[in-house]
Amino acid sequence: MNRYPLWKNLLIGLVLLWGLIYTLPNFYGEVPAVQVSSGKATLKLDTGATLKRVEESLAASGLQHDGLFADLNSVRIRFHDTDTQLKAKDAVEKAFNPDATDPSYVVALNLLSASPQWLTSIHALPMYLGLDLRGGVHFLLQVDMKGAVTKRLDATTGDLRTLLRDKNVRHTGISREGQNVVVRFRDVENQSRAKAVITANTNDLQLVEGQDGADFKLTANLTPLAQKTIQEFAIKQNISTLHNRINELGVAEPIIQQQGLDRIVVQLPGVQDVAKAKDILGRTATLEIRMVDDTPGALEAALNGTVPAGTELYNERGGRPLLVKKQVVLTGERLTDAQPGFDGQTHEAAVHLTLDAAGARIFKDVTRENVNKRMAILLIEKGKGEVVTAPVIRAEIGGGRVQISGRMTSEEATDTALLLRAGSLAAPMEIIEERTIGPSLGADNISKGFHSTLWGFIAIAVFMCLYYMLFGFVSVIALASNLLLLVALLSLLQATLTLPGIAAIALTLGMAIDANVLINERIREELRNGSSPQAAIHAGYDRAFDTILDSNVTTLIAGIALLVFGSGPVRGFAVVHCLGILTSMFSAILVSRGLVNLIYGKKRKLEKLAIGQVWKPGV
Amino acid sequence: MEFFRIHKDIPFMKHALVFNVISLVTFLLAVFFLATKGLHFSVEFTGGTLMEVSYSEPPALEKLRDALAKEGYQDAQVQNFGSSRDVLIRLPNRDGAETGKVSEKVIASLGAIEGPKPELRRVEFVGPQVGKELASDGAMALLLVIGGIVVYLAMRFEWRFAVSAIIANLHDVIIILGFFALFQWEFSLPVLAATLAVLGYSVNESVVVFDRVRETFKKKRGLTTPQVLDHAITSTISRTIITHGSTQIMVLSMLVFGGETLFYFSLALTIGICFGIYSSVLVASPLVMWLGVSREQFMQPKKEKQEAVV
Repeated sequence: MNRYPLWKNLLIGLVLLWGLIYTLPNFYGEVPAVQVSSGKATLKLDTGATLKRVEESLAASGLQHDGLFADLNSVRIRFHDTDTQLKAKDAVEKAFNPDATDPSYVVALNLLSASPQWLTSIHALPMYLGLDLRGGVHFLLQVDMKGAVTKRLDATTGDLRTLLRDKNVRHTGISREGQNVVVRFRDVENQSRAKAVITANTNDLQLVEGQDGADFKLTANLTPLAQKTIQEFAIKQNISTLHNRINELGVAEPIIQQQGLDRIVVQLPGVQDVAKAKDILGRTATLEIRMVDDTPGALEAALNGTVPAGTELYNERGGRPLLVKKQVVLTGERLTDAQPGFDGQTHEAAVHLTLDAAGARIFKDVTRENVNKRMAILLIEKGKGEVVTAPVIRAEIGGGRVQISGRMTSEEATDTALLLRAGSLAAPMEIIEERTIGPSLGADNISKGFHSTLWGFIAIAVFMCLYYMLFGFVSVIALASNLLLLVALLSLLQATLTLPGIAAIALTLGMAIDANVLINERIREELRNGSSPQAAIHAGYDRAFDTILDSNVTTLIAGIALLVFGSGPVRGFAVVHCLGILTSMFSAILVSRGLVNLIYGKKRKLEKLAIGQVWKPGV
Repeated sequence: MEFFRIHKDIPFMKHALVFNVISLVTFLLAVFFLATKGLHFSVEFTGGTLMEVSYSEPPALEKLRDALAKEGYQDAQVQNFGSSRDVLIRLPNRDGAETGKVSEKVIASLGAIEGPKPELRRVEFVGPQVGKELASDGAMALLLVIGGIVVYLAMRFEWRFAVSAIIANLHDVIIILGFFALFQWEFSLPVLAATLAVLGYSVNESVVVFDRVRETFKKKRGLTTPQVLDHAITSTISRTIITHGSTQIMVLSMLVFGGETLFYFSLALTIGICFGIYSSVLVASPLVMWLGVSREQFMQPKKEKQEAVV
């Protein structure tokens, strides 16, 4: 009766084998590596070509590498030691960024798992360590949504002014008051006409009529839907802007994520220079629209060194030189949106730009005067400009809706739109949480966490073996398999392991032994009451099961509450705690029973169990 | 080995009143300390800047304080942390100041002092809005745990068990907090996590005893309710002590080897485990008794089901 069917034994074996495989990468440690990725949004990394270039540059400087790896956005090169790594970084840097002041690639030092290829190919990776274990900077940024809405309302104020003037509606003033735009009139007639005009021409404003002394007024505010769209757009744009800027820092694996409705988390592992990181996060890039100087001969003269007065020489994407006038037609502030899309008639890929009212007016004038000429859109960052695109003006463009199309793939359109949006932050941001952990502290934390778990485990193991003999040993094996499965699961899920997470591993192990103590005590009790050894094992496991289930469910409830409401360190704790409870159910019940069955299951005439002394009252 | 050699059921319930009075007094003391002294919240809750710097040789703290005061941070707390070479600096948030830049200014002014140069180990800056959210999230988590456990126990056992288990264990939570208030230990997020984990864990303990109570009611007829409770506690006491002992071994290991970061975390667990044993066994069971548990409550469900079929 104490035998498991073959399939059950196989299942336990397979699960443990799986656990072992996925735990393995954690033992191999890490090797130094160099990572090459694109440093500019205008530059897409061609991994095949990059691999070749890396190999050539390493061969040229006579450096040995241990393997090249490519993923979607980066190329990584493994090295035998940090010395070669540093030399290789310099060599690759020189080959990829000939102009050190204007790097187009990010060449960063990194660590790669040293586990063999076959493990990596089945996605068996080492656990993902949090910043408190590997060192680095963590920022939580709050996007000022009110600021984004205010910015939009300011633009709306200008729009309404233009609109009312175009439609000949007389008013005595338009102004933004808090989160509203207020238009004042002398009489009711103009008020109602204005209302009709505004309703017909806009779709994101709510209008309320009112009276203010002798004046009539219209109060406009943004509809909830419009506000939501603005906020979603603002956070998306800020994230993409941050991505572009952080590329410059040369961080191997930055994390930039939205948290909640209006927050952005930025994690930069390995970065120690907080001041520089903050500087780069807070910097503004600007977008400028200028006219191209197409005067015959001017470009040639400029290339020969004599740049005509009032113009500047820039490079277009793809490297062709372009002579651009210094006078700025429009700045990025006038651009409210840029989206990739398709031309309505030709179905070619296109980029759609939306300008605010003032921008639209200027744009209309400029395009009317410059039909068939080219205009350039420049992205200016760190005082350096780059031409994103330079389209030809086909006709006068009014209404603030601009379309750039022609000879563009849809991928290029997406890139261009992203670049145009990346010019500036859509809304101001503020750092509301910062955490910097030095590399030495990270290493300290790992060793502290590891040692607490190790010594605790050893102490429990010794005690269990002494107190419950063979059954104690079985319990320790079950506990070890619990640890194995937990680490495997954490590695598989790539959940972030933090110091509280390590504490949760230790605590979970300390609590998991409960199930085995329950079982062992129950078996002793059955023996005390005179059951035969086999019956005692059976009853012990059976009766303890209900209790184990109940007690684990209550612990799990607490774990889940922490998971739902916890953030930062608490979350790291909760994830491990919850997973640990699940693995402990498996190991304490199935693994230990399976072992006991293997040991005792086949013995027909079992006289005694090695479960330590069973004391009987009155004997 | 067998630690517990008990001849007869120990008459715990005879002293039920004493146990409940003891726990009531501890509870009131804890509430008293919480009310008078309050909790010493960490930067995570209050908002502010916390910096840990390390020197190659022990620095003079006075000099550091002077340098910071000159920079305008008179309210900076400077103290040793772990060893005499490690220094912890706490700065409260101030309205209007450029909160995000405090850490750079501090490290710059510390670097300007003559003598050993500081090495930045850790910076934690928390804006004022984050702290408030953490406190309310913590309260929500606590409510969810209480609600979840009561519902689960009420389903698995009976409402009397659910109510007494949660009362007994909430009183543990208050006592942990009381200790933190009395000694002004720092109450941080990991401590909060530990407190909630202990809540789940101690309820465990009550569940194990209640399980036995239910079993004894069903199996052994002719025992009075206090006798049933005595029997259930006595027969699980060995397991209770050994389990908690094992968990405590682990926690002790963290307390010793875990360093500063895990110290208060494991301290909260230690208090929780010790009081957990007491409360879940010696407080929860008398409560169940006062609430009027009896054999009939466990026999009824079966009869009802049969009637429902007919």
